[in-house]
Amino acid sequence: MRVTILMKQVPDTDEVKMDPESGAMIRDGAGVIVNPLDLNALEAAMAIRSDGDSVSVVSMGPQRAEESLRECLALGADDAVLATDRMFAGGDSWATAKVLVAVIEKMGRPDLIITGEKATDGETGQVGPEVAALLGIPVATRVTRLERVSGGIEFDCTLEDGILTQRSSLPILVTVQSDINALPLPTLGGKKRAYTEEIKIETASSLGLGQGETGLGASPTRVVKIETPKVTRDAEKFMASRPDELESAVERIMQILSDNAIL
Amino acid sequence: MIDANRGKNIAANEVWVLGEGSIDGGLSDTVFELSLRARSLADALENYSGERHTVSVILPLDSGTADLARPEEAGRAGADRVVVIKSEGLVFDRAACGKTIAHMAKSSPNGVPKIFIASATAFGRSVMPYAAALLETGLTADCTGLEIDPKSGLLLQTRPAIGGNIMATIKTPNHRPQMATVRPGTFPMPRPDARGHAKVSEFAIPEHLSARTVETVAFSPYSREEGTLKDRDVVISAGRGLRRPEGFKLIARLASLLGAGVGASRPAVEMKWIGYPHQVGLSGQTISPKVYIAAGISGSVQHLAGIQTSGTIIAINRDPEARIFGVSDVAICGDLYEALPKLIERIEAKMGR
Repeated sequence: MRVTILMKQVPDTDEVKMDPESGAMIRDGAGVIVNPLDLNALEAAMAIRSDGDSVSVVSMGPQRAEESLRECLALGADDAVLATDRMFAGGDSWATAKVLVAVIEKMGRPDLIITGEKATDGETGQVGPEVAALLGIPVATRVTRLERVSGGIEFDCTLEDGILTQRSSLPILVTVQSDINALPLPTLGGKKRAYTEEIKIETASSLGLGQGETGLGASPTRVVKIETPKVTRDAEKFMASRPDELESAVERIMQILSDNAIL
Repeated sequence: MIDANRGKNIAANEVWVLGEGSIDGGLSDTVFELSLRARSLADALENYSGERHTVSVILPLDSGTADLARPEEAGRAGADRVVVIKSEGLVFDRAACGKTIAHMAKSSPNGVPKIFIASATAFGRSVMPYAAALLETGLTADCTGLEIDPKSGLLLQTRPAIGGNIMATIKTPNHRPQMATVRPGTFPMPRPDARGHAKVSEFAIPEHLSARTVETVAFSPYSREEGTLKDRDVVISAGRGLRRPEGFKLIARLASLLGAGVGASRPAVEMKWIGYPHQVGLSGQTISPKVYIAAGISGSVQHLAGIQTSGTIIAINRDPEARIFGVSDVAICGDLYEALPKLIERIEAKMGR
């Protein structure tokens, strides 16, 4: 079985600070990481792989996304492809899906595509299903268990009102949530491969994508306004170590609950 | 190859809502929420263009449950018509469903709808991108605002971006339909006494779209305790500051008194103190209850981004420097094991227990 992981490099939100006035994230100086759910996707592939299977990782992003692809190699992926080109910049989820599909078609279609349910920065969760649509293959989202069964895979999707257990033949694209597994640890062999393995680079021209087919220019959506809502609130403070203030804090909560018609 | 007309479909004077059935066989609340919003968008488009715009609910249903839903009820929220698509296994085969609604839009006699919206549920967030890609148009995820720009007649789609700390307004200038998913609970519901019947018709799935590749083996509904946090007026979350997993018993006791949902920070879930459906924040659920109580949660950016639209935020933490105090309305610096039992006592006294 050939498995492809779609990976995005994202800012490290644990390092990102919040501007106390505007609530905007201060990304400067923050590191970059592999989108955590994409690591779950990689681990899901590792967990079901057997002899003769291959696991490839594909990413679209700036040149420095190569570091994140090397991390995936250290964690057990066999090979990695980076689609990087100025022409790809500013693309929305549709334009991003177009590039990823071009890479997948060039590599030869895999049996299974796994990716994180969403990225911590864009948070649209749309690229996975859009890639599946452009390839014309089935899709399952919010997957929290994945197993191989004869003729395909069986999986659980965590929905709003319950757990849905499904089976599908291959090919299929699945997007996973964090509770599918524990994050993978690098292996010695993987670390070695991360140093030595070549990251394959694809560009707009190598993928045969022309001007106007990728990036901002090809994106159906346009951001027309950015606003920074005030997120900081002026808290009423209670030092609950003092019994009288603890008393008034509890009193205050009671009042809020009754103001909101809860009590 | 560049096709300049890619996605630039001819658009009809129609606003479509992708509807869902609810687990108990009726229409999901989101159908009413979105139909009412679609009605106001259609009316705004009429003001802009002078032409009447209709509201249609597209309602894929499993043949098993299809007879239970009362689709005409969508008329209470201003929908003109409901198109039911009955097919075995359609709802849970997201790709088949996406293909079917894209096909419906493309084969609609007057052209694709001008606007097509759905709720940002597991269903909407998988089916809509699938359909949008096939229609070669844009889709804005998880919107918290939809308006018609009075100058251009375009749909203004507002969504939280970059961790919910900024609000981005997005347009789809040339491609049709203009598509968006909407965070559930964003818009008001129709008044309980609202009347109206939508015209109901059925769409027969063409042969080439009737195959199913994803087969449902089982569905295990959650118990009320495990259920979604999204429809709760109060959510009480706890984090590492609980210091021990048993602490969630205290949280659950308070929650049951208030009919509240129990939430948790990512660390509490990662330490397996409580299950993932309870995780609040960007990596879990984004919520906006009337009252949010955070006990023993320091407030990572990703957690704060998931709660910042809550009505009143109450935080209890021993650390006076805890980041969560900066986004709180009530900041209680102290031990949750002192504050919460006192609160429980007061509530029980008030309820006469």
